[in-house]
Amino acid sequence: MFQVRIHGRGGQGVVTGAEMLSIAAFLGGRHAQAFPSFGSERTGAPVVAFCRMDDKPIRLREPIMEPDALIIQDPTLLHQVDLFAGLRRDGYILINTNRSFDELGLGEFVKDFRHDRLLTVPATEIALKHVGRPVPNVPLLGAFAALGGLVTIDAVHSAIREKFSGKLAEGNVAAADAACRFVLEEEEAARHAQAN
Amino acid sequence: MLKQTEGSRAVAEAVALCRPEVICAYPISPQTHIVEGLGEMVKSGALSRCEFINVESEFAAMSVAIGASAAGARAYTATASQGLLFMAEAVYNASGLGLPIVMTVANRAIGAPINIWNDHSDSMSQRDCGWIQLFAETNQEALDLHIQAFRLGEELSLPVMVCMDGFILTHAYERVDMPTQQQVDAYLPPYEPRQVLDPDAPVSIGAMVGPEAFMEVRYLAHAKQMQALELIPQHAAEFRSIFGRDSGGLVRPYRCEDAETIVVALGSVLGTVKDTVDELRDSGERVGVLGITSFRPFPLAAVREALEGAQRVVVLEKSLAVGIGGIVSTNVRMALSGLHLHGYTVVAGLGGRAITRASLHRMLRDAIADRLEPLTFLDLDWKLVNNVLAREKQQRRSGPIAEGMLRDVGVVASRVS
Repeated sequence: MFQVRIHGRGGQGVVTGAEMLSIAAFLGGRHAQAFPSFGSERTGAPVVAFCRMDDKPIRLREPIMEPDALIIQDPTLLHQVDLFAGLRRDGYILINTNRSFDELGLGEFVKDFRHDRLLTVPATEIALKHVGRPVPNVPLLGAFAALGGLVTIDAVHSAIREKFSGKLAEGNVAAADAACRFVLEEEEAARHAQAN
Repeated sequence: MLKQTEGSRAVAEAVALCRPEVICAYPISPQTHIVEGLGEMVKSGALSRCEFINVESEFAAMSVAIGASAAGARAYTATASQGLLFMAEAVYNASGLGLPIVMTVANRAIGAPINIWNDHSDSMSQRDCGWIQLFAETNQEALDLHIQAFRLGEELSLPVMVCMDGFILTHAYERVDMPTQQQVDAYLPPYEPRQVLDPDAPVSIGAMVGPEAFMEVRYLAHAKQMQALELIPQHAAEFRSIFGRDSGGLVRPYRCEDAETIVVALGSVLGTVKDTVDELRDSGERVGVLGITSFRPFPLAAVREALEGAQRVVVLEKSLAVGIGGIVSTNVRMALSGLHLHGYTVVAGLGGRAITRASLHRMLRDAIADRLEPLTFLDLDWKLVNNVLAREKQQRRSGPIAEGMLRDVGVVASRVS
């Protein structure tokens, strides 16, 4: 089982993001379960949503307390919410920001983590460019697809088109692609730097 | 067809496949997505020959459903929590009159204090109202039970409540196998009412009945539920032959064969309990689970048969009978009359408190060692409770309990669960 916890604020599409991730996993032939943290939703308030994926039916219904991956849609939560609770050292962290882990003040915290699993993506900027609104959820799913293995970018496209239609769907597809490319280019640059 | 969708959406589509003719709706969380989905289908024409009636309250929702059902229409509504309480008088009328309305209860706690999250207090408050009550373990079962509910209710002329955990199921996206219209039509014949308000053949429905026959009418309500005990397994078997999967039935035992300890529970928590039981089995503990799907009628014989070989029974329930303890456990004890075994009541998950594997492990280890209190409140924060008790001891004007506790808890937004 692979467990993803998504943190963000009301209005950023946190719950929809988890739902689309589950659709993408389903389209890839996996069992998936997405659910919100069921708070009283208010715009701007901290929101958590969860997504589990597995090759067999998922019976477990507890909140995800030991995630394999964290998607952080809003870096202003870093010092307000216990975002990293339960995360293992070989876990993935994907943050919507144009700053680095060091610049965010997380350098010390993540020093024992696998660096190829720590990612930052300017998802809000990408969303503004392609969707016209600061909703980082879909670009972050595109970036997540770039991590490889769990969901493909094609499945993310299909999930987007299940949730949205018309121009909104196509804008989000373009945003997912842009974020996916961003991650792949960063990885390529990192490999290149290492080779040199 | 397999699809990944929200529980509420899956139920809305299943209800639509049952060809309802009147849907009455008043919004209340966490039920709202279901009737919103049906409203969209009626408006778009995807669900034809159906009237969607927005009403002014839950009392009106059930009253309109009663009128529609008495006029011979297949009627559906959905509610939760205070909504169910607000319609309570009409809920009793629907069953008393023998009208086979189907209603989803998206289970939610009852206030005060106001709380939108899941537990079973709402359905349990209506357990003796004469409706059949079926509890769903998964979204697949929730949608399947609605199809079975129309069939069962109409065959017996009794209303059926399908209970599904609010948020945990209603708002969860998971894989469901959506039946075809052809399959549902093969399983569910058109509604043939035993009584109908028809201007061409006038009758009155709802006579006043005095002491001369009131007990007999009430007895028949009980006798019909006893008939349901026979029909529910038959309908589940027939469902399996058409839809190819197990859904519904009276009870569902899991790894109970040689179990010394059996956990009894209802609804979506069964999944987490089964995962916990598998882990305990791996460490050599003989533990099993009994899921109760039909809470009304309560399957005394089936429950007894599943539990009589055990040494101890732990009833895990999301409800509390204030002043005595468990509701489900009181019913289970009735099934175990005369048997000598250890019985434990564990009240858990009230008002949306997460029920985790870690907590279940701790509790079951205590149960297996017979260290568990007869009535246990899972993960109760004793510090919070004792703070209030201390304040009440110190001063007469100790203030409102809920507000005081929230001040003691502090900021909760920073927590993950």
